[in-house]
Amino acid sequence: MTRALWTHLANNLRIEWRSREAVNSMLFFALLVVVLFSLAFDPEGAFARQIAGGVLCVATLFASVSALNQAWAREIRHQVLDAQRMAPAPAAEMFLAKALANFLFVSIVQLLLAPVFLVFYNLRVEGDGWLLLLVLPLGTWALVANGTFFAALSIRSRNRELLLPLILFPIFIPALLAMVLAATSILTGESDPALWIKLLVGYDIIFTTLSLVLFDVVLNAE
Amino acid sequence: MNAQPPEAADRTLCARLDRVSRLFGAFAALRQVSVDFARGRCYVLVGENGAGKSTLLRILAGLLRPSAGAARVFGALDPQAERARIGYMSHAPMLYDELTAEENLLYFASLYPGRACLTPSEALRQVGLDPDLKRILGQYSQGMRQRASLARVLLPVPELLLLDEPFSNMDQESARQMVAMLANFRHSDRTIVLTTHQRELAAPIADWVLTLHAGRVASFEPGKAAR
Repeated sequence: MTRALWTHLANNLRIEWRSREAVNSMLFFALLVVVLFSLAFDPEGAFARQIAGGVLCVATLFASVSALNQAWAREIRHQVLDAQRMAPAPAAEMFLAKALANFLFVSIVQLLLAPVFLVFYNLRVEGDGWLLLLVLPLGTWALVANGTFFAALSIRSRNRELLLPLILFPIFIPALLAMVLAATSILTGESDPALWIKLLVGYDIIFTTLSLVLFDVVLNAE
Repeated sequence: MNAQPPEAADRTLCARLDRVSRLFGAFAALRQVSVDFARGRCYVLVGENGAGKSTLLRILAGLLRPSAGAARVFGALDPQAERARIGYMSHAPMLYDELTAEENLLYFASLYPGRACLTPSEALRQVGLDPDLKRILGQYSQGMRQRASLARVLLPVPELLLLDEPFSNMDQESARQMVAMLANFRHSDRTIVLTTHQRELAAPIADWVLTLHAGRVASFEPGKAAR
């Protein structure tokens, strides 16, 4: 980890620690989605295991978009981004630090959400539960890497809050499907999630590489 | 108008705008502007709102690309390639509201790897701010933010200083202190290009006064400090 990457990351974490805006907004939104779905479907036993993976992923997705939309808001507000553009440190490191910070925020929300989820959906994991510790971070990284990149892409747009989900959701569909199917396989124990996990790994590598390579262009686009 | 101060050819050139135009949609913010900026001189840009002053500074900083013409800074056709040597201060503070001035400066100093930066304390003292002040920037007055912003610009010891309305939101005494500080900066053979509506404030350090009107150079006159 280079000094600039660490500096960007520490800066993002310090600011979030002081404001707690991203984590709080995501947590309440995700809680609402989880509770509303549990009321709507009254999930029990096998049915709960069938839908729980999807509900968790969709709750994470919707909650993350609210935070990702604000991912670069502080940098835009007082033209901090221009000061960062004037500094010679590589732009890719700024992107990576922002994505890592968002990943941590979403992961914290997922951790806080987990007990609520287990209670509301009466879940009992039938497959290898530990694999969820692989699937959720892989899917979350796919979401935040793309979300952070496309949030940067849309910062100069007047309708950026609308633009981000319009770009992000279609591109995230393969990762979302893999995440949901892998999580459902693990919860129900009915099939092997290996294929979906491999797909998530491949997706993460491709989109993270593309984002790192293209971020400098996005940052300096007029 | 092709504005060439007579001394520019004799001294090492710092920056050159060669028939630079900049369009925003159908609006031409700059039209065929040609200016040479010599090292160690202070250039004061004046003109009414919308004359193109800020656009000119942003092009020199490499934050905007010319629609036509060429902008060279330290010989590089892309000023971004030389950005470590350029300090740019905008209307906005360009700092995080959630951090103290010292935290902001520590953060930005670490984004200049391999460059001998001032320490945050040194930079803050230079602009007359107390380095021990633990308030976050969001609780600063406008004038204090302006000083903190200047401290950020001074941090990497830039050779070309681009200041957009540095005296706005400042009381007369603070503005005079800033002018005195900029005079010291200029004496260390560094170049200053600043825009202002308060021409009389910048007069003591102005080697050249460049007046822009509707995106064109209307006049280029020697200032009071011309050597």
